Amino acid sequence: MLVADPRTAAAWRLFRQEFADAGPERRREMLRTRANQSRTADLRMIGRAKLGHVGGDMSVLDILTTLFFGVLRVDPEKPEWADRDRFVLSKGHTAGALYATLAAAGFFPEAELDTFAGPLSALNGHPNRVKVPGVETNTGPLGHGLPVSVGMAVAARLSGSSRHVYVVLGDGELQEGSNWEAAMTAGHRGLANLTAVVDRNRLQQGARTEETNTLDPLDDKFRAFGWDVLEVDGHDHLALFEALTSPRGSRPTCVIANTTKGRGVSFMEDRVEWHHKVPSAEQIVTATAELAR
Amino acid sequence: MSAPVLSSPEAFDCRVAFADELAALAREDERIVAVCNDSVGSSNLVQFQKEFPDRLINVGIAEQDMVGVGAGLALSGYIPFVCGASPFLTGRALEQIKADVAYSQSPVVLCGMSPGMAYGELGPTHHSIEDLSWLRAIAGLDVIVPADPAETRSAVRWAAHAARPAFLRVGRFKVPAVTGERPFTYGAATTLRDGTDVTVVAAGTMVSRALDAAEEAAEQGVSVRVLNMSTIAPLDEEAIRAAMRETRGIVTAEEATTTGGLGAAVAAVVVTERTPVPMRLLGIHREFAPTGTTAYLLEHFGLTAADIRAAALTLARTDA
Repeated sequence: MLVADPRTAAAWRLFRQEFADAGPERRREMLRTRANQSRTADLRMIGRAKLGHVGGDMSVLDILTTLFFGVLRVDPEKPEWADRDRFVLSKGHTAGALYATLAAAGFFPEAELDTFAGPLSALNGHPNRVKVPGVETNTGPLGHGLPVSVGMAVAARLSGSSRHVYVVLGDGELQEGSNWEAAMTAGHRGLANLTAVVDRNRLQQGARTEETNTLDPLDDKFRAFGWDVLEVDGHDHLALFEALTSPRGSRPTCVIANTTKGRGVSFMEDRVEWHHKVPSAEQIVTATAELAR
Repeated sequence: MSAPVLSSPEAFDCRVAFADELAALAREDERIVAVCNDSVGSSNLVQFQKEFPDRLINVGIAEQDMVGVGAGLALSGYIPFVCGASPFLTGRALEQIKADVAYSQSPVVLCGMSPGMAYGELGPTHHSIEDLSWLRAIAGLDVIVPADPAETRSAVRWAAHAARPAFLRVGRFKVPAVTGERPFTYGAATTLRDGTDVTVVAAGTMVSRALDAAEEAAEQGVSVRVLNMSTIAPLDEEAIRAAMRETRGIVTAEEATTTGGLGAAVAAVVVTERTPVPMRLLGIHREFAPTGTTAYLLEHFGLTAADIRAAALTLARTDA
């Protein structure tokens, strides 16, 4: 098991404090800068490992950054704290994005990112909770995160805890039936302490989601299963923050975050081939320059 | 050396002992919860539901969700007993068992109710003869097959305290009491009858039949050792090696397919020793069952005391 990096964790704590005190524009800028730093770190990891899911990583990073740097009640130095909010990355193939985010928050040293996917690294191609603090359950096969998150939300309610469970789902993985079993359970039980964020980039591994197996109308589907649904621009940090922290009623909440696969790198954006293509060294230089703007 | 334990004529449904012990544990420990798939009745959870309505999470007919929800509860400090008919729990939710329970090391107790061919005439869709093979292949998952009500109770109690990913096969087909006062011992075979010629390694419903076979073989001058192998994984390899040293052959008997279950596990130990002993693997050999009651099907597939005795006698008379 990796251990926290106290200096980075302290910096994260300062960030959270400054964020809490900041006005909207400052908040937006703080999260935007932070997310692009993680994008750069992620590209470096993928370039070194020659492996990863870069398109989905870029797509989900604004969501992950908003959660870890603005929303989640967690403590990188106490990853086992019983009343922490739970975060589950159901689309486990974007582990690189999660690792970059967790390291930036101090859950483990940022130097560890250099080992990504290397022999015996704690940072496997899909996240392993036994080795990586901040990872709550092992994901990778799709359609697993939502049922486990429902169990976590049931547990929080049973134990009278106010902790909240957040799960990020890929849109393509909503083709897995297990999600709808769990969506039904969450709606039936009125799990208001559960929020599912759909990274709606409209591309899956091989093609567009709507050309493969139609997901729309996704909002109506979740509503029909007993959820409240919010739809936001998944790269607008303030909109994400507001949706993720909005007052909850008596139902679980689905935040459909409309995103662009490959977001932030011009030649990757909305292109299906960048699902898991590995960028060349030159492409990483170009991408890093774009993200520094 | 343990005294021989003879099977008694009375027979019991292990689900009753299971449910009773689970409710008792729940009274002692509020972390115990039950998760099921519309199987409150068939998993014998009626009493549990009556006493602990909030701690019985029935997700409906949704096994993938059921196992995932169990994992989420376990990762939040609860001790979930996830109960469903074994064919559906293991077959439908196999990937959840692998990823959410075993690989994630979430201490879920998976309770495969009415396993083997307990659903007799309902046919192969409702039989769970593949479960031992499937689950034994998964790293970090304990596979437990109690032989009678007392051992079922003891195994349920062990599972609640062990907090490890585990699968318990909870029998419905009535079996006699065979384990006496011996508690379930994790990872250890128990010698229910000692013998010097041949060893029968049995699990679950086959244990009482193995004892009967040993009794009948004794009348024919053959001394049969009977091991109750209630932990299929991890296997008590030392008990197998002792059987190889001290007896001349090994018969395995299981109400399951022989492609990967108890027999295969024992054989994997036997063949890697310098001087293997001959074996007979009794079970179901990659066949779907025809229509028939459980008792009929056990006979059909050669899983009676007479079949076990015949296999033991063959090995006893084999010149090594």
